[in-house]
Amino acid sequence: MAERTVRVESEVGLHARPAATFVQTASKAPIDVTLSKAGGAPVSAKSILAVLALDVRHGEQITLRAEGEGAEELLDELSRIVSETK
Amino acid sequence: MERLNGTGVSPGVGYGPVHRLVSTVPEPPADAVHTGDAEAEKARAMVALEEVAADLEARGERAGGDAREVLAAQAMMARDPGLAGDVDLLVGRGATAARAVYEAFGKYREMLAGAGAYLAARVADLDDIRDRAVARLLGVPLPGLPEGAARPYVLVARDLAPADTALIDRGSVAAFVTEEGGPTSHTAILARAMGIPAVVACPGATTIEEGTLVLADGASGVVRLSPTDEEVETARNAASAREAVLAAATGPGCTADGYEVPLLANIGGPADLPTALENEAQGVGLYRTEFLFLDRTTPPTVDEQEAAYREVLEAFPGGRVVVRVLDAGADKPLAFLPPPGEEPNPALGERGLRMLLRNRPTLTGQLEALARAAQGTTAKLQVMAPMVAGLAEAEEFVAACRAAGVETAGIMIEIPAAAIRASDLGPAVDFFSIGTNDLAQYTFAADRQVGSLSALQDPWQPALLDLIAMTAEGAKAAGRPCGVCGEAAADPALACVLVGLGVTSLSMGAPALPLVRAALSRHTRAQCEAAAVAARQGQTADEARDLARGLLPGLSDLAL
Repeated sequence: MAERTVRVESEVGLHARPAATFVQTASKAPIDVTLSKAGGAPVSAKSILAVLALDVRHGEQITLRAEGEGAEELLDELSRIVSETK
Repeated sequence: MERLNGTGVSPGVGYGPVHRLVSTVPEPPADAVHTGDAEAEKARAMVALEEVAADLEARGERAGGDAREVLAAQAMMARDPGLAGDVDLLVGRGATAARAVYEAFGKYREMLAGAGAYLAARVADLDDIRDRAVARLLGVPLPGLPEGAARPYVLVARDLAPADTALIDRGSVAAFVTEEGGPTSHTAILARAMGIPAVVACPGATTIEEGTLVLADGASGVVRLSPTDEEVETARNAASAREAVLAAATGPGCTADGYEVPLLANIGGPADLPTALENEAQGVGLYRTEFLFLDRTTPPTVDEQEAAYREVLEAFPGGRVVVRVLDAGADKPLAFLPPPGEEPNPALGERGLRMLLRNRPTLTGQLEALARAAQGTTAKLQVMAPMVAGLAEAEEFVAACRAAGVETAGIMIEIPAAAIRASDLGPAVDFFSIGTNDLAQYTFAADRQVGSLSALQDPWQPALLDLIAMTAEGAKAAGRPCGVCGEAAADPALACVLVGLGVTSLSMGAPALPLVRAALSRHTRAQCEAAAVAARQGQTADEARDLARGLLPGLSDLAL
């Protein structure tokens, strides 16, 4: 199981364009990948509705988890997206 | 002739037959069950969702620009795997494809609606996708625009969704009229971008019959039903004359003889800044901060608040930004504050400054964030308290501001007691700002929320003008500025009267600024003073209005 905790740097949080890019990237992967806020239940990173409803704001920490072939690379890519400031 | 009144958000006059864009997609009944082949039913649902997604993408591609991104995001929602999983589950339990899609959206709708203002706005997007999918499954027509209309139509709707408007062509729409929405709604932004006249927040709009000829004035917000040719002609001429005048009236607010009256914008958050800047606001006269506090279970951190305040301060280098501290109470309860006791009359209860003085950490946190936000910016930060009744409260608030490092602290005058004793309050504070809406509510003992009492909210009432005059005199005697931030300032004729009464700055919803700027620039300070004296001689609101207007000849250039 690969796991990464990252801070969301985008001004708008994980909404609007960053959320769309994040979910598109997760959806391309053949493995399951989730995200969660501290103490919260994980949701699928491939579901735009679940990601929006999680309501991740600028500066909040999220934990990404994936298992299987290419999990590390996928989490690298997703971490990069959430740590972009725009 | 019948007329409806709304808020004009995109100037110009539009005339044409009404086309109603009504979302008539029915809710599939809760007991709708399929005939037995669950797999086939699931497949139907998936096909419908995929068709909706593809259609939204195609519309986005054709429209280009920002609409492409908005519609691509909507398409992703239609293809959401979590949604598909829920639909499968519901069909597995026997629901028809249409009912399953409807219910599956319902779950996400609730999650988004409960999670803050930005997401609540996405609910309309979600409803639009749901209606499109359900319409396909039920075989009913999709919500949409008329094809090949013979002449430009006035598009009437409850509100407009991005997918409705992405393909609108400038030549086929004469005006937009919506029942809901405000100056920052999607409809308003789109209308201004396309240069189409628009009226929003217009009660009764969706009851106008299809095909009725209407005349919509996007500046005054008036929608006339079945006007005569002469009225259409007059309105068009007036609109073009007014446009010429407005185009010529730019720069800081001042009277014809050069007496400066800063013209400021009322805003509800950083999202309102573009409209304020477009309309040449010289600063902010009322920054409502409730948006930071509502719809959440924990108070915003000082850092979060600082960022939201700084964004506004930085938009007005060298200008003034007047921030009102949190105005909450029984009518606007906050989850993280202890609930006030039972209040049969919330408007007369523990709200505004009264509530903040009992919840000190909320007040000090906000003042600290404001003081920090002002550091390193050139804007002049001024902070004011709502619902101040007397001297003790005013002094307590000013002391709290000073302790937090806020240099300029003032109070709102919205309780008659404060207006009557303005001469006591003036020396204790740095400025006054008159909130005419609440001042009218408390002066006439008429709840703002009660529609049948709206005549008592008329800001031209002589008793209200007297209280404004007393407040301005109290401020002047103490050498303090006295602004007005309320609907009254947005009325160009009344704005002149307010200046005549001694008000030193005017703050209003930004779309009203150009007309007020033009009205002021056409009258001298002496004319404003004469109009103010005349208005106070009236015995009713109508008399006051007529007497004042008789002394403000420049209003006719503005077709007002």
